[in-house]
Order: sequence, then structure tokens, then C-alpha cells
Amino acid sequence: MPSELNLDYSLLTPEFCLAGLAALILALDLFVPQFKREYLPYVTAVGLLAIIGISLGWVNKESQFAGILYIDNYTSFFRVFFIATTIGVVLMSAQFVQDRLRNPGEYYALLVLSTIGAIYMAASRELLTAYISLELLSFSLYILVSFAKFDERSNEGGMKYMLLGAFSSALFLYGLSLIYGSAGSTFYVDISASFANGTSGFDLGVLMGLALVLAGLGFKVAAVPFHMWTPDAYEGAPLPITAYLSATSKAAGFALLLRLFSGAFMPIADDWQWMIAGLAAITIVLGNLVALQQHNIKRLLAYSSIGQVGYMLMAIAALSHDTASALLLHMSGYVITNLAAFTCIIAWYNLTEKEEIEDFRGMAERAPLLAAGLAAALFSLSGMPLFAGFFTKFILFQAVASEGFLWLAIIAVVMSFVSLYYYLMVIKEMYISEPAEEGRLSVPLLVNGLAVLLVAGVFYVGIYPRHLFEAAQEATKFLFV
Amino acid sequence: MQTGYILLATIAVPLLAAVALVLVPSRYPNVVRMIAVGTGFVLFGLSLYAFFAYQVSSGKDFQFELQWVWIENVGFLGDNGITLHLGIDGIGAPMVLLTGIVTFAGTLISNKIEYRNKDYFILLMLLVAGVFGVFCSLDMFFWFFFYELAVLPMYLLIGVWGSSSVFPTFSRTKEYSALKLTLVLVGASVPIFIGIFATFVESGLGTFDLPTLWAYAEQGGFDPNFQKIIFPLFMIGCGVLAGLWPFHTWSPDGHVAAPTAVSMLHAGVLMKLGAFGIIRLGMQLMPEGAEFWMPALITLGTINVIYGAISAMAQTDFKYMVGYSSVSHMGYVLMGLATLNPIGVNGAVLQMFSHGVMTALMFAMVGVLYDQAHTREMSLFGGLSQRMPRFAAFFAVAGLASLGLPGLSGFVAEFNVFVGTFQTYPALGALGVLGAAITAVYILRMFAVAFFGPANPRWDGLKDMSRFELAGGALLIAFILLMGVFPSPFVDRIAETVLRLPSVS
Repeated sequence: MPSELNLDYSLLTPEFCLAGLAALILALDLFVPQFKREYLPYVTAVGLLAIIGISLGWVNKESQFAGILYIDNYTSFFRVFFIATTIGVVLMSAQFVQDRLRNPGEYYALLVLSTIGAIYMAASRELLTAYISLELLSFSLYILVSFAKFDERSNEGGMKYMLLGAFSSALFLYGLSLIYGSAGSTFYVDISASFANGTSGFDLGVLMGLALVLAGLGFKVAAVPFHMWTPDAYEGAPLPITAYLSATSKAAGFALLLRLFSGAFMPIADDWQWMIAGLAAITIVLGNLVALQQHNIKRLLAYSSIGQVGYMLMAIAALSHDTASALLLHMSGYVITNLAAFTCIIAWYNLTEKEEIEDFRGMAERAPLLAAGLAAALFSLSGMPLFAGFFTKFILFQAVASEGFLWLAIIAVVMSFVSLYYYLMVIKEMYISEPAEEGRLSVPLLVNGLAVLLVAGVFYVGIYPRHLFEAAQEATKFLFV
Repeated sequence: MQTGYILLATIAVPLLAAVALVLVPSRYPNVVRMIAVGTGFVLFGLSLYAFFAYQVSSGKDFQFELQWVWIENVGFLGDNGITLHLGIDGIGAPMVLLTGIVTFAGTLISNKIEYRNKDYFILLMLLVAGVFGVFCSLDMFFWFFFYELAVLPMYLLIGVWGSSSVFPTFSRTKEYSALKLTLVLVGASVPIFIGIFATFVESGLGTFDLPTLWAYAEQGGFDPNFQKIIFPLFMIGCGVLAGLWPFHTWSPDGHVAAPTAVSMLHAGVLMKLGAFGIIRLGMQLMPEGAEFWMPALITLGTINVIYGAISAMAQTDFKYMVGYSSVSHMGYVLMGLATLNPIGVNGAVLQMFSHGVMTALMFAMVGVLYDQAHTREMSLFGGLSQRMPRFAAFFAVAGLASLGLPGLSGFVAEFNVFVGTFQTYPALGALGVLGAAITAVYILRMFAVAFFGPANPRWDGLKDMSRFELAGGALLIAFILLMGVFPSPFVDRIAETVLRLPSVS
């Protein structure tokens, strides 16, 4: 622990602004009856955009708040990353929420609040702060998943998510306490220092602690065998929240994992590398194989995202500066791609009320732009060139292979090939099958614009991601000091 | 004047054309056609220029070079980590020309596509960009990038615009064939992917630049045992795309189901990417691995020749016959490469070009017939040469080139392959010649059944080729004749480069 606490609250300005924005949205919804509710998402988006601007003020600065929150490039990267993701989700929610959900103010406010949790998961370098941030994100998500109050699936999904989430939080906390018992501190720096000479012999406490921490976090990011909640929560949640789950909730889990394992547990890498490598391998295999049998687009993407988690876990297993930066690159590509896919799926759902894969029949005739956007996103997820997935997977797998985990990279390449099959099945419905009904559907301009923007992002990451990769490199530099 | 921008243009022009096509509203199909044929023409011009401006015995390994840093010194990438490095040698030059010819002919033939022709040409242009990219890339990352790009559009091209085949006892739907082709080819790129990872890690140079890696390989950088493990990954991974037996089954099904221009490009050019990959990644990176594994490759190649030819003989469907004959002819390419002597490898590269134009012409002609008759059953036809004299003449040139008639391109290529094989494996050489004899049987039988004999009155309404089809066909025939009569521009370029290949002696 630093001897003198730096209590410079100005370091946390972006998060104060986020909290203020959330309060403002709630207030607008509750106390200003003449305010039109349909403008809420745009107010939220503009506010978030402004906060991204504010966060940029901390780029290339290195500071810390009381030793628990570090404001360095890693945090800045994730500030921009999470807020931008939330903007995407807020915009794609606009019509969906207006048509289908009550209490839009609470919906958007919770999204903004959960973003704070995600950012602090990336920023914290102290076990309890990390835990509290994780809970802030999780609690917001429990509510959001069950937000469709009169939909049984949503209630069921939310309930499962909450019960299992509470269980996994308990595991995580227990793991933290075991680690604390062994290392004598909750600060990453001190834990790392106390392990620096290696654990003297076999330390069951540390091993148990690591296993429990991994189980808890494995639940949050939906790694096999802790993934059981994912398909149900994904299927039950309102569609934009499914997108949010697959993007921010996973990325935040990995932001925490990366900070924790590089900052605190690096000296005892031998104790946990095999665990994570094993987790990664079964996650990749199972996620992709089970995805082959899905008929619902949300469940398909749920299992496909489990597969993606497996790829990302490889980077933690083979943890080094190179894999960390590759992980950030892959995660960015994955999140942009997933948002693009969900934008198109939500727009299609708004028009047709359908979400089975066979309901995408003839989408290319009826809504060509959405079909093209979704096809681009699915090709990207399967790792085809020109799209983000090829570049980021190539870099990630190569980084993992370069750290001596060639066998993991081989599993990943093979299963990535398997994944092509189920993505092609969706593309087949969209492009080859005849439409169920005739006639073009008119898609709102804003949705088209958002889809085009996100697909452009997919192409950017897939063709010339140099600057993104360099930013990822800069962001992860401080993790391994 | 030699500048790498020529090669860059061969990749950028189709990509830009694809973007331009996206912006054209789909209610102007003629604008779409003009853009497509225009692009085909430009690409043909560029590739012709690249081929003839290529200087023999210039002393340089690569000409038209261009190297742009894409990403370097980030993460595990060192100096020149990933660069857009373009350049052609005496093997790349004829391949670029081949792609230009087949692309132009393909866009001409595709003129008659009516259904969603905008989407069709967008995908076709992506395919073309990928193919040019592979032949021009001197960077392992981009090589693989373009390799995958060339496979990517196939699923939709076959699935949407293709045709299903119905046989008495079973049928092959276009969806089935599209999925089979895509999955087999992407699956085959898995071993290539793994090989690339392993090569990058083993070299420890932090770069994907192929000339750097080749230089490292020539200094004996890669351990012989490592080469023996990795070479088969490249050999099989790339071999699948070249129609290597027993992984060839995607080829007849896929090529038959595909629309005409796509069959032309795929059988004519894409299968060559596989053979090209065996040279670039296999023979040049892993010379000792190549030496170790070549007996296996030449055996498989010979099986390809014989098995493909016998299968072609059993077909009653025009297009399936052409499809299996492609498998058979690609066998000569694999045999030639596997001899590892200059004349055999020479023959292999010549055969890549020769088979490319010849098979493109065959598929184009089958397309001409099928579009009017809506059947490809050979026995249903008869006396076609009376109804469609020009069509019959064009088809005859393709067929004769395919059975290796002197004066046409096939002879030059196959002759070299046979001489090379007799020098190393005389028994297999004899089997190769036997394959050529079987080819003569099924080609001549097809002529006898469908083109000559009594005219079937059912086909009185068939028209001869349209202007566009005629132009496309004539273009291909011109090069079949050029190579048959005057092969030296090809042989000069290829021979010089083949002698420089590290594993060839």
C-alpha cells in the first residue's frame, strides 16, 4: 500500500460525470412530464459522447487514486471503449425500448451506471475495489436482463442470472479471502511482491484461492463450465441488453482478469496458467460445437460468444505484453462486430417480431442493407478476411502461439473453422432462401446509419488496424511494469 | 517501365469496382454490366502489361516490387512485421496474366446474368481481387489474407446463382455443393494457418515478409525435422485447393453447381492458387521438407491423373466431365512440381497456365449450351456441330488442347511434365501418359456423341454463341494458340525462375 494516499478526486471526473448523467436521465424521466421520452436515448448518447471527450484528457497520463484505482492508458483505453459501446447500445435501443419496454429513464440510467462499474473493473488494482466494481456492473445487469417485466422468458433469464451471479460472487469473494490470507494484502502490488520469491512449496490456500477466483470470474465472462446461465439470459433479455451482455459485460471481465493476473499473480504464473489454458480449450470447443445446434439467433450468438471467450482466455493463459495487446485488439474487433450484428438483428426484430434463424429468410430481398451488415458481421465473427475477425484472430492466435501455446492456437483455428458452418447457416437463410413475405421493409435512417458506421468499423479493424493495435500496445504497457 | 503500382492496381481496381458497384442502384443493371466488363478489360490490360514488361534475366528475384509497411514493431511483430509486399517472378507473371485473361473472359460471359447482377459482380470482384492478391503477395500474412478472400465469396456465388444437378438416383443441390466447397476449402486453410504460426515462431525473425523468410530458409535456418513436420501441412492445405486426391471431391460438385464465370475463374485460376502455394510456402520455405515429401506428392498426383480421367470417362453430364478432367489435369501440375527437376517444375507451371485457359474455355462453352438447353446430359444431344458450328469449333479447340494435341498449349505443358517425370520416376511417368490417353478417349467420345452424328430435332431452336460469348471464347483461344505455337515468352520467364527455386536441381 502506498504510504501516503493520493486522494485527488479530479482523477475520477469522467465517472462523476457518468453518475451525474444517470441522475439527470432519471430526473428527466421522473420530474419533467413535458419532456418527450423518445428523446432520452439521444440525450444519453450526446452526454456519453461528451464524457468520452473528457476522458481523453487523461490519455498518456499516469496517476493513481489512493492506490486502489489507477488512471493510466489502460484505464483510458477502457473508458473510451466502454462508453463508446454504451453509446452504440443506447442508440440501438431507441426504438426497441420505445415500443416494448416501460420506464425508459431507468433503463438508460442503469446502462450508464453499469458503465461506471465496467470502467472501474479495468482501473482497480485492489481486490475489494475490483469486487465492488464487478458487483456494480452485475447488479445493473440483473435488473436490465429482467427489464421486460411482462415477458416470462425475461423474468426467467433474469432470475437465473441473478441467482447464479450471486453464487459466483460468493465464490469470487471466498477466493479473494484465501489470497488475502496468503499474501497479507489486497493491493495487487503487495500481492505480487509477496509472491515474488515464489510460494514456498505447495500452497493449497493460494491454489484454492486462484481456482475460486477463476470460477467466479469465469462465470462473469461465461467460460465453460460456468456458462450455463448464458443462453437463457441471452434469450430472455431484451435484445439490446443481449448485445450489451455480449459486449461490455465480457470485455469488462477480461479487463479485470488482465489487470489482476498481470498485476498480482504474474510471479506464480505456473500455478494458474494450466488452469486457464484448460478452461480456454474446453470453452472454445464446447461453445462452438453447441452453437452448431441452435435455432434461435440469440442463443446462437450466445454460444458463439462463449467460443469467443475461449479465444480471449487463451491470451490470459499465455499472458505477456504481446498477448495482452493482441487481446485488446481482438476484443475491440469482437465488440464492434457484435454491435453491428445486433444492430441489424434488432432492426429486423423491430420490423418482423421474429428472432428464429429461419425467420431471416429472404432478408437480402426485404432489407438488403441490414442483410449485408449482418452478413459482414457474421463473416467477421467466423474470421474471414477484409473483416475485423480475420486480422484480430490472426494476431491473437499468433501471439498465443509465440508464447509457446501452439496447441491452444491449433484448437482455436480448428474450432474457428467449425464456427464458419453455423454462421453460414444464417447467411444462407438471408441470401439463398426465398422470403416468407414479399415487399421491401423500410428501415429508419438512424438504424441504417448506425449499421453502416459499425460495419465501417469492422472493415477498419479488418484492413488497417495499425493505430488501434498501437493504442492497445500503449494501454497494456503499464500492466507488466 | 516497371512499378509496383501495376500490381497494386490489379488488387485495388477490382476492390474499387466492388465499392463502386455497391453504390450503383440496382435498378440500373446495364451500368453494373458496363462497370464489370470495363473492370475486366482494365485488369486484362494491366496483367498483359505486367507479363510483357517483365524482363527475363534482369538479375532481380522479383520485379514490379512494392513494399508498404502495414504494421511493425507492435506486439510480437518486429521490423517489417506485416507489410503489403508485392512483386512477381517468372512464376507469378504468367499467373497474373492468366488471371487477367480469365477475369476478362468471365465478365464478358457473365453479361447475360439477370438475377441480382449487382450483388453477383460485387462478389466476383472480391474473388478476383483475392486471386490477384495471392499471385502478387510476398508477405505471408497478406498471402493468406488474399487466399481466404478468394474463398469467401464462393458460398454465395454458388448458392444464389448456381444450378443444382439431378441424377436418376440422387441429386446435388447447389446449396449442398456451395457448402461443401466452402467448408472443404476453409477447412484446408486450417493446416496452412497452423503452418504459418509455426513458421513464424520457429524463425523468430518477427516478420511475415516472405523474401526474408526464404533467405533464412536458404541459410538452413529451419531445422530439417521441423521442415518435415510442417511441409505436409502446406502440401495438403494448399493441395486441397489444387484438387489433390483424395481431397478433390469438392471440385467437381462445386464447379458444376457454380455459375459459368465462377466455374471458369475457380477451375481456371483458383485451383492454381493451391499449386502456387505449394511452391511459395512449401518448396521455397521448406526445401528439405519438400525433398522428403515429394515421393508422396508425386504418387498422389499420379492417382489424381488416372483417377480423375477415369471418373471423367464415367460422366454423362458435360460439366461433371469437365470438372473431373480438371482434377485429372491438376494432377499433372502436382506431378510436375513433385519431380523437383527443372524441366518437370517448368512443365507444372506451364500446365497451370495452360489448364487455366483451357478449362475456362470448356466451362464457358458448357455454360453457353446449358443456358439455352437447361440440361447437360451428353446423350440427349447430337449433331450440335450443325446447329452451332462456332460453338462446336470453340469446344473442339478446348478439347484438343486438353488431350494434348501438338500446336496447342496442353502439349507443351504436358510434354515437359512427362520428360521431368521420366527422369525421376519413369513408372509414374508412364502412368501419366496413360492418363493423357484416357483423356483422349473421353474427349473424343464426347465429340462423337454430342457434336456429330444425327441431329436431334429437339435442339433445332438452339442459337450459336452471342457476341459477348464469342469475344470471351476467342480471347481464351488466342492464348491457347499462342502458348502452343510460340511458348518462348512463357518458357523463358518460368525457366529462369524455376532454376532459382532452392529445392529444384
